Amino acid sequence: MIKHRLFWPTAALIVLLLGNFIAHPAFFSVELREGHLYGSLIDILRFGAPLIMVALGMTLVIATGGIDLSVGSVVAISGAIACLHLSGLENQDSLGGTAGAVGIALGLSIVLGACNGVLVSVLNIQPIIATLILMVAGRGLAQLITDGQIITVNSSPYQAIGGGFVLTLPVSILIAVAVFVLASLLVRKSALGMLLEAVGGNPEASRLAGVRSRRLIWLTYVVCGLCAGIAGLMISSNVSSADGNNAGLWIELDAILAVVIGGTALTGGRFSFAGTVIGALLIQTLSTTVYTLGIPPQTTLLFKAVVVMAVCLVQSPAFRRKLVRRRKPKPVTRARQDEKVEVSA
Amino acid sequence: MVLRMTGIRKRFPGVVALDDVDFRLLPGEVHALMGENGAGKSTLIKVLTGVYGVDAGEIELAGEPVSFTGPAAAQRAGVSTVYQEVNLCPNLSIAENILLGREPRRFGRIRWAPMRRRAEELLARLDLELDVSAPLSAQSIAVQQLVAIARALDVDARVLVLDEPTSSLDSHEVDRLLAVMRTLRDEGMAILFVTHFIDQVFAISDRMTVLRNGKLVGEYETAEITPVELVTRMIGKELATLDELEQVRPERTVREELLRAEEVGRAGGIEPFSLGIQRGEVVGLAGLLGSGRTELARLLFGADHADQGTIRVDDKPVSLRTPRAAIARGIAFCSENRKTEGLVEDLTVRENIALAVQASRGWTKPLSRKRQEEIAESSIKALDIRPANPEAKVGELSGGNQQKVLLARWLITEPRLLILDEPTRGIDIGAKTEIQKLVTRLAAEGMAVVFISAELEEVLRLSDRVLVLRDRQVVAQLDNDALTPEQIMATIADGGAE
Ligand SMILES: Nc1ncnc2c1ncn2[C@@H]1O[C@H](COP(=O)(O)OP(=O)(O)OP(=O)(O)O)[C@@H](O)[C@H]1O
Ligand SMILES: [Mg+2]
Repeated sequence: MIKHRLFWPTAALIVLLLGNFIAHPAFFSVELREGHLYGSLIDILRFGAPLIMVALGMTLVIATGGIDLSVGSVVAISGAIACLHLSGLENQDSLGGTAGAVGIALGLSIVLGACNGVLVSVLNIQPIIATLILMVAGRGLAQLITDGQIITVNSSPYQAIGGGFVLTLPVSILIAVAVFVLASLLVRKSALGMLLEAVGGNPEASRLAGVRSRRLIWLTYVVCGLCAGIAGLMISSNVSSADGNNAGLWIELDAILAVVIGGTALTGGRFSFAGTVIGALLIQTLSTTVYTLGIPPQTTLLFKAVVVMAVCLVQSPAFRRKLVRRRKPKPVTRARQDEKVEVSA
Repeated sequence: MVLRMTGIRKRFPGVVALDDVDFRLLPGEVHALMGENGAGKSTLIKVLTGVYGVDAGEIELAGEPVSFTGPAAAQRAGVSTVYQEVNLCPNLSIAENILLGREPRRFGRIRWAPMRRRAEELLARLDLELDVSAPLSAQSIAVQQLVAIARALDVDARVLVLDEPTSSLDSHEVDRLLAVMRTLRDEGMAILFVTHFIDQVFAISDRMTVLRNGKLVGEYETAEITPVELVTRMIGKELATLDELEQVRPERTVREELLRAEEVGRAGGIEPFSLGIQRGEVVGLAGLLGSGRTELARLLFGADHADQGTIRVDDKPVSLRTPRAAIARGIAFCSENRKTEGLVEDLTVRENIALAVQASRGWTKPLSRKRQEEIAESSIKALDIRPANPEAKVGELSGGNQQKVLLARWLITEPRLLILDEPTRGIDIGAKTEIQKLVTRLAAEGMAVVFISAELEEVLRLSDRVLVLRDRQVVAQLDNDALTPEQIMATIADGGAE
């Protein structure tokens, strides 16, 4: 079981949750209030939904050996353009108007993702550089859209995306689950998953095997943009406003972390959506833990970093082997003999 | 005794790679480690140099028990190794690769001129003249192999370990390498040598150790064993001989041209050449290191694109700008470089075999899991891939078995033109015969084959026609009626002048 690739991230998540439970026995309680579920666990899922979205898209990009740093900016742009459109409407509560706003935001996100994809797959620019362009320029674009202000809207259908409830559950959770299920089905029922893993694992071999790697790579950036766009809508709708400056700030780093914790290597190849979701939940739980444990805000980042490092270390087979070797006395004496030989050589 | 390994046991999940193996190496000897694909030769070497830890057993170097933490530690202790899968840095220059970690320095800065000179000297030892500041990635696999050997030779070592160093070398380079090995042996170095070429073993080795299925079969003096006995010990039964192959080559009755290349060439790759390939014909490419065999093959497959000339398939002009376009025309190309251009090591045997077929179907039309398994299982059976587990990771297979997986990938595409670049590289002698028979049979069924091998005998045994290349130029096309290697060598030498 230890061999299973999801073992360590899952174990870490459980340990973290249990830690919270010990500190706050009410941590696991979920209650039904006015037909809505409330509780710390629900909050983790709900606030984690945007991160899950972004991280799912990022998983595909990383599987091909790429990376997308621009997702945070796309989150901001998506929310900004949706709110801009809504704020210009006579009746912000109209379903059609909201649908239009969502459509425009997602369409723009797809276009931005496609641009990234062209830079990487057609022009062969290093992904980290190609997406850095949009990461920087995109923030500016978002601020341009919001005119440097925070646009607030007052639209109940829009607000429902990030803040509403259906069947007692927050809508954002349902969206995240739906996207996860759809993406998993798409990738594993078609040959997409295998071809992506081949391209990420060995691009030249895949090209010589006739895989259309350019098109596939382009596609992953498009999907990544779309996912970031959805996350942007969740975040902005939850607070009924768009903040070009701060929406989605640093989310690319959390997303990359979630992917890596979930067992997808940054070098590309094998990927796991389930792992990514666990990774994202771990990171979100961590943020929640910081509050529930009352850790002073100045040390929050440090605390997060330490936990993430620990998770990455236990996941590394090399590190685990070192730990085990330390414990066994015999190899240690042998290592010393080894050194003696080196000296004499 | 310079090296003694006793009771070595190494298990991988599901496989016992080494089971209670003893091995001894004396100073001043060339010791051949023999065995079929997957017998455990490379694993024994990796256990020795600390790439893997042992599950049980002792290793003694010059009487002292050792357990290296990795190849670097082994090297410091005087064990210099060339691994089977050449492990160099493709982005660095040849000189840097040879001297990596031992660069001549002054005040901490690398001194490039002496470094280049030293690298050139080391290559000259192997009779190789190269631009040592060129990046390694631009070189053929044979040159990469020679660079790895040159690197190992630079170290002051007591033990030199060579895991299939000759698998892609021409006879000339092999002769040079064997000469260098003899010199080193006479200077007292102990050399551990792995190869599937029986003639090389008998030409160079003093003693040999045979492994079969991870178990020790025995240790023999080369002078006291015959090639037939050796092979029998390796495979555990008598080897069916190759003689029948000659008769298998059938007379082709229909002569139908499948592909015609007119003045196709690529600057820096190969001079323009013209070539017609008929259905059911095996065309061999012969030439020395760097003569342009692989370059020619890559143009026919669209792996590189030609900057002049036309290619016609079925008498219709085609544009082979990408491998994908070539595959769509029924052309397949099995690269000589299975590690960087062939396999996806992280994926399973099943996925690697299915890859080309799946790619040409596109991602929307997946092969069902069941179909993939069927394909993989029948390939595993046909080519005797071991372990016979479709879900094994390809990177964990032995070198020869990886090669078989790559072959299987292209065979199941049922191509009309199969281009094989060193298809038997690293494949053991039993399986090699099987693959040669397979090529002959496929040709008899109408498949056209372009066959490249550094082993001239192999090319001549299989080909109906031989293209001789020299200095990136096709210098002669010879019909193979009883051609001999000497005739080919002579043609190469005079550049096809007659
Ligand atoms: N890293 C690994 N993980 C799992 N199994 C492995 C690994 N390395 C080797 N094996 C298995 O151990 C066995 C011995 O492999 P090894 O590479 O030593 O063979 P070999 O004798 O060098 O063969 P070849 O002639 O093909 O190079 C094989 O069955 C192989 O599949
Ligand atoms: Mg081997």
